[in-house]
Amino acid sequence: MASPRADAPSKIILSASDLHRVVDRIAHQILEKTSGATGTVLLGIPTRGVPLARRLAARIHAFEGIDVPVGSLDITLYRDDLRLHATRALGKTELPGGGIDGRRVVLVDDVLFSGRTVRAALDALNDEGRPSSVQLAVLVDRGHRQLPIRADYVGKNIPTALSESVRVSLTESDGLDEVKLTGGEEK
Amino acid sequence: MIKHLRSAADLDAPTATLILDTAGEMAALAGREVKKLPTLRGRTVVNLFYEDSTRTRISFEAAAKRLSADVINFSAKGSSVSKGESLKDTALTLQAMGADAVVIRHPASGAPHRLAQWVDGSVVNAGDGTHEHPTQALLDAYTMRSRLGRLDGLKVAIVGDVLHSRVARSNVLLLTTLGAQVTLVGPPTLIPLNVAAALSPKTKVSYDLDSVLPDMDVVMMLRVQTERMQDSYFPSAREYSRRYGLDLARMRKLPEHAIVMHPGPMNRGMEITPEVADSSRSTIVEQVANGVSARMAVLYLLLGGKA
Repeated sequence: MASPRADAPSKIILSASDLHRVVDRIAHQILEKTSGATGTVLLGIPTRGVPLARRLAARIHAFEGIDVPVGSLDITLYRDDLRLHATRALGKTELPGGGIDGRRVVLVDDVLFSGRTVRAALDALNDEGRPSSVQLAVLVDRGHRQLPIRADYVGKNIPTALSESVRVSLTESDGLDEVKLTGGEEK
Repeated sequence: MIKHLRSAADLDAPTATLILDTAGEMAALAGREVKKLPTLRGRTVVNLFYEDSTRTRISFEAAAKRLSADVINFSAKGSSVSKGESLKDTALTLQAMGADAVVIRHPASGAPHRLAQWVDGSVVNAGDGTHEHPTQALLDAYTMRSRLGRLDGLKVAIVGDVLHSRVARSNVLLLTTLGAQVTLVGPPTLIPLNVAAALSPKTKVSYDLDSVLPDMDVVMMLRVQTERMQDSYFPSAREYSRRYGLDLARMRKLPEHAIVMHPGPMNRGMEITPEVADSSRSTIVEQVANGVSARMAVLYLLLGGKA
């Protein structure tokens, strides 16, 4: 995917306060759909899925006082497009203590696009253990799926053109909270 | 990323650090139930071994298989090499079979450099003569970093038969790149001064092991390579062992945190006593386990991306 030029027109889709409200809502939805997050593990997909998973856990703790285990799952070695790019550096895989066997795993990522990252994450999970079920939480669903994959929790659906690019910034990695849509044709 | 790994000098500090970090992730994956990763599915790795080897060949084979590559093992014994086939013709055969990477061990220094001119795939030096053994240096650096937490500023003594040691050469190059201070220790016959200077001007040389030990973070004992010695480099094995062997008394001179390494295979009783080799300071078994992770990292970084 070619990234748009730096001077390409861009539009803010979620401001910092929008983003916080969206994370709060997903945290509530996870609590609701998993009957109080029992037996649930949040696994963020690096890079930005990891801080998002931590925020969800923090919000769940704030709402209900429950500590949901958080970890990260790097999917680089399971990607199907390794040969199309220069070698990628690996991210961290850190499963919470107690592992994932028999637990409900909620995968957390920033943007759901082709679905290939999630496919790779499912393969990686399969090698780590056997969760009782797997769900998917994403901050933004921008459409254009190439695989039969859908998210269980969606922060915001954003209709996009393929030429556009969705850029998620988080304080932890980028110094500010914001979701931006850049590129595409001028209307 | 580089295409071949022929010498530890091929690696600059960022690349070497990337390999060590990747090895760390690979090591973390070794703890799980399913150790296999799909990453190099459909790629072929040829182990081309012209010299006997146990740990290096098995280590490369395990690394390639854990990444799902197809592995072809070739040893000179029992192949057309014993009928007189040249390295070039063997290389062209491998080329025709579509090897994505060739891991070569050869008694002649420089063989991997020649091989890289004849094959399209990546060439990984698994030890060439008395020249280099870069993946050994990587696994040693990885072991030091994971035991001691850093490489920058670390004081490392490499002790023994430096003259014949490809492990020493690769370690001096890599460790110096990563900021460690290397001291070569051994009898003058086994450390020509020009070797030390040519490898890295920062490298120190000492002929007295006892005076060096109190200052070291790492002591790496080298195997005395009797098979490569045509002349007598020291009067007797016993004398060598007295002056340059690591026994318990010498080990006690090391600082509390210091570790003892050996690339294997060991001559127990010669350069290292069994009590030292089996002590808690010794990382010898750990080095073997780290070898698989380091080689997985090298194979992934050389073969994982766009060719």
